[in-house]
Amino acid sequence: MAAALLEMRNIDKVFPGVRALSNVDFTLHAGEIHSLMGENGAGKSTLVKVLTGVYPKDGGTIHLNGREISPKTPKEAQEEGISTVYQEVNLCPNLTVAENIFIGREPRRFGFIDWKEVNRRSVELLQKLDVDIDVNKTLDNYPVAIQQMVAIARAVDVDAKILILDEPTSSLNEGETARLFKIVRQLQKQGMGIIFISHFLEQIYELCDHITILRNGELVGSYEVAKLPRLELIARMVGKDLNDVKDMDKMAEKSVPSEEVFIETDHAASIGQIKDVSLQIHKGEVIGFAGLLGSGRTETAEMLFGLKDVTGGQLKINGKAEKLANPMAAMKDGIAFCPEDRKLAGIIGDLTVRENIILALQAMDGMFTHIPYSEQVKLADQFIEKLRIKVSDRDQLIKNLSGGNQQKVIIARWLATHPQFLILDEPTRGIDVGTKTEIQKMAVELAKTEGMSVAFISSEMDEMVRTCSKLIVMRDRRKVAELTGEQVSSDGVMQAIAGGDN
Amino acid sequence: MNKKLGEIIASKYFSFFVTVILFAVLYGAGIAMYKGFMKPQVFLNLFIDNAALIIVTVGITFTLLIGGIDLSVGAVLALTCMVLAWILANTGIPVFAAIFIVLLMGTLFGALQGYIIAKFDLQPFIITLAGMLFCRGMTAVISRETINITDPVFVAMADFRLPVGPGFVSMGVLIALASLIIAAVVLGFTRFGRNIYALGGSESSASLMGLPVFRTKVSVYTISGFCSSLGGIAYALMMLTGYNLHGMGMEMDAIASTVIGGTLLTGGVGFIPGALFGVLIQGVILTFISFQGTLSAWWTKIVVGALLCVFIIMQAFITEHKSKLTAQSSLEENS
Repeated sequence: MAAALLEMRNIDKVFPGVRALSNVDFTLHAGEIHSLMGENGAGKSTLVKVLTGVYPKDGGTIHLNGREISPKTPKEAQEEGISTVYQEVNLCPNLTVAENIFIGREPRRFGFIDWKEVNRRSVELLQKLDVDIDVNKTLDNYPVAIQQMVAIARAVDVDAKILILDEPTSSLNEGETARLFKIVRQLQKQGMGIIFISHFLEQIYELCDHITILRNGELVGSYEVAKLPRLELIARMVGKDLNDVKDMDKMAEKSVPSEEVFIETDHAASIGQIKDVSLQIHKGEVIGFAGLLGSGRTETAEMLFGLKDVTGGQLKINGKAEKLANPMAAMKDGIAFCPEDRKLAGIIGDLTVRENIILALQAMDGMFTHIPYSEQVKLADQFIEKLRIKVSDRDQLIKNLSGGNQQKVIIARWLATHPQFLILDEPTRGIDVGTKTEIQKMAVELAKTEGMSVAFISSEMDEMVRTCSKLIVMRDRRKVAELTGEQVSSDGVMQAIAGGDN
Repeated sequence: MNKKLGEIIASKYFSFFVTVILFAVLYGAGIAMYKGFMKPQVFLNLFIDNAALIIVTVGITFTLLIGGIDLSVGAVLALTCMVLAWILANTGIPVFAAIFIVLLMGTLFGALQGYIIAKFDLQPFIITLAGMLFCRGMTAVISRETINITDPVFVAMADFRLPVGPGFVSMGVLIALASLIIAAVVLGFTRFGRNIYALGGSESSASLMGLPVFRTKVSVYTISGFCSSLGGIAYALMMLTGYNLHGMGMEMDAIASTVIGGTLLTGGVGFIPGALFGVLIQGVILTFISFQGTLSAWWTKIVVGALLCVFIIMQAFITEHKSKLTAQSSLEENS
């Protein structure tokens, strides 16, 4: 193979209390799509940020085309030809599409920005990506998928030699993803080196040539995709034996629910949200809400937590009719809810892990009841150990944790209130395989050992099939099927979702 | 909602249009009610009386655009008047050198505030509040009494009248118009200007896109400091005094003008002509009151307060409308 485009050798990066990268090597060739894999917190993002000049490196060398570089700011990295499209779109919503593509390097005439040229070239660039939009409108007029394309247009235009795509597909649907892949392959043909980071294994195997795996800030190895079966990849990522992983996939036995019903609804409806849902959730049962996006699965969960009013039908808790007026009422009845959007509705970034854990308990006890510090510490430490949350210490700010660990803290927050019914809405979104499995296991464990009822909502069907002993299938805001025992399978769910519409 | 209407509301010029229409309506009402409003000089007087405020508003718009604020503008203006008057009264420094000195002083003061804010990532509200108290205090330290400016050159400049049609404008108006034009060009057509908008839209994005965040921040406060002292010169030209209570609360008038002119306090949205109309609307209301004859001038504040409230609510409505727009189109994408 030709000489490497990019060679990173012995890269070290230390954050206060954490060794984020130690002795990591990474090699990228021109015309190669290279995936960087690892669990959350393995150091992928850190490595990328070292390369793009966001973080200064603490040791090691970076060579681009044989010449040593050390970008200190994103601007310097861009000037070297290293472009990045970040997971959350990092553009300015208040500027026009054209400006977002060209800001910082607008074509000028007599020292003033040549707007005509900016607009003309933006249209041209976007057309290459098959995007046909009004570039004169501000970015906030467009959905995330389009914004992502704009970010790519920007990255590609900077005469990039290397393009880094950090989770570019997490907010795209299938069609959009396919379109993105087409573009990426096109760029590959032009000789660009592409670093592709994603949690979706399918996509990695579809798109990439090479995989470099990181674990706990260390290099595990670099492999050709064709020679690395998926199971082996996962095993290397989580650092376990291949056989362990196989077991993990099968998952320990599911929880067997008791006869007692904790919460039930009878033809429950909520105006504009849910049309008709009847369900029974037993103690010690892991129940899943399946269905497509917009089918009403999240709304059902929210109704059970008092976030949506029950406007028709009935809701019973422990056999007694209840009206959950608000979340506090639901909490008093022993219901806990980990919401879908953990960044927006879950974590409080500037509080510590300990403070985030005691939050729900504090809310239940009332604002004026003091939870003694020693008690807080005990609780926090107990959950950090129990859920194996990776923190440098309990007073670390939660925003500095990886996504998976943040999710665990949120779950800990609710477990601290000793709920009888725990609702997990998309608890594994954007989380690495290892932690995903841990969270699934935990849901089953809680149901088995503590007799807790758990509702598990996920867009990944296998995940629910593996975890839940009962599945409620939703379509068009109604329950269309209830699957138990053997019926709980991907096939069963698909048929239920498809059923009726010939 | 009508799609066309929806698009108009989402347009970045929507609040500006509302402001201009409001100005036209107010002025039209003035003409309908009082004959005097018809005189061109009444219109020109809006500029003459508010020249200093216009210049200060231009400066503060820069800071609001990056999502910051500069509370020190009124105090810097007062300090400028005072130092200028003191120099002219007590030293032999020629008038243009004195003007240069006070402009430099204001600019450096702005740069210092900007440096502190950017370097230590501090709240601009607090830093410029400190700056305001400092300058206001310094003004009083120099003199508790009014110092009159009697320098013949300066007085001649103050008396200068440029004929415009049947009326005239003052030197201050020329300075104000020049500031408006330069600011509008800088914001609209230079990289520096666009970086300001980017910074106001999202600071982290701006930095990840490789834009010079630090430099831009410092420059913005420097410009605001410069405009405050330039406004001070215009103010001195009108009042011919240095006085501790000059420009009291002017920062608030300037912020109000900017907001009424369509600038979002969260940063990233707004532009210079809007700020001008913001000032002019306040001027029209004041003119109204003086024509009416019996109302207290404080009614201006009451009306401006009410307007401000209406505009802020309108902005919230626009923002909500826009986020709905994004959500809608993404749903379409997903289905």
